[in-house]
Amino acid sequence: MSLQPISRPLLSLFLRETRIARSVGGGGAIGVVFFLILVSLTPFAIGPDLNLLSRIGPAILWIAALLATLLGLDRLFQADADDGSLDLFMMSSTPLELVVLVKCAAHWVLTGLPLVAAAPLLGLMLGLEPEAQAGVAASLLAGTPALTLLGAIGAALTAGLRRGGLLMAVLILPLTTPVLIFGVSTAAAASGGTVPFHTPLLILCALSLATIAGAPFAAAAALRAREA
Amino acid sequence: MKKQDFVLRQQPGFRLSARSLRVERGGRAIINDVSFELGSGEALLALGRNGAGKSTLLRALAGLLPLAGGELTFTGGNAAPLCEQAHYVGHADGLKTALTALENLEFWASMLGARKLAPQQALEKVGLARIGDFPVGYLSAGQKRRVALARLFVAARPVWILDEPATALDVGSQERFAQAMAEHRAEGGMILAATHAPLGLVDARELRLDRGFALAGAAA
Repeated sequence: MSLQPISRPLLSLFLRETRIARSVGGGGAIGVVFFLILVSLTPFAIGPDLNLLSRIGPAILWIAALLATLLGLDRLFQADADDGSLDLFMMSSTPLELVVLVKCAAHWVLTGLPLVAAAPLLGLMLGLEPEAQAGVAASLLAGTPALTLLGAIGAALTAGLRRGGLLMAVLILPLTTPVLIFGVSTAAAASGGTVPFHTPLLILCALSLATIAGAPFAAAAALRAREA
Repeated sequence: MKKQDFVLRQQPGFRLSARSLRVERGGRAIINDVSFELGSGEALLALGRNGAGKSTLLRALAGLLPLAGGELTFTGGNAAPLCEQAHYVGHADGLKTALTALENLEFWASMLGARKLAPQQALEKVGLARIGDFPVGYLSAGQKRRVALARLFVAARPVWILDEPATALDVGSQERFAQAMAEHRAEGGMILAATHAPLGLVDARELRLDRGFALAGAAA
């Protein structure tokens, strides 16, 4: 059993996650629709001042992306804990850390990547320059994996709780501050400024890589301690 | 004969021994000083009132709850720990309602490893040959339970840990499942079950639990 190649179960886990998310009620597209609504509501609140909008546009896009990413994350482990799948994951020979990582990867492909694709389009609505649109998309591409993986820690901590989603957001949002700071500064650096574009972008990449390396262990430990 | 059946039969020397197990939840001891020995082809039936600790004991055996004390050793099979050589069927079915029965089984077959029957054959074994491409959400409680039980047949694991496996099953399915359990024991596997209703296990050892303690002389 332990000699079985490890990639097969992980691949089928990835396919299962995407299939569930695409099915009715799976919530695959909710994140990007929420993102769309949030960004299009902002000009109504702020007013049609294009200069102001284009100046705060990257920040709006980043906050909307942050909230949209967290929106579906509370179900990441909750659904598996409710229907007993989580017990069976723990009894498989695949390490729980890898299960967490693959679930996060599937979640990012289904919610993070559409945000990256939609950001330039919505940037147009906020009056962003072409360079700034590209900068926002690049910063989201580099930064949203960190949001997903940080969120996974919160999702794992609240997997056994009723209405754990709100608690998860409260736990995780403060931790996302560095990602938000460097995300917005990457986007701002793209449209000119004193900081070269690659400096904040590289820090953003480093944040994502660090969470990819560390968060699966934290989340798996939280899942194991769920019932102890 | 399938290759995996053959592997199971060649290694009949499974042995599970539990020595004064203790399991705590929220600081309270739910299982206290429970010991038993179980060999190949044997079955252990945990009996007791609601809240006696049957489910807690089974979850601890499956590795889902940490042991607060005692010793659990499993020998035979490959070197993997007990939880990777055991099937667990608990109160939750472990099925995704959006996926079909076959997709669910196919997924667990690749996740649990050591494939045995093909998912379609496993469904035939629980009498659900024709609902394979139905989303599980449309099935009745008894049918869902049968799909969950079909998981036992898609991956070869020598130990079956069953928590009230016959819930919602009709009489015919119960008989079919009793036969499948007998086959599993004939192949050298072992079964640990908790139940209130009779499961049709022949000469199973009984472990009577009362408030976490095994009643004297129940399981030698």
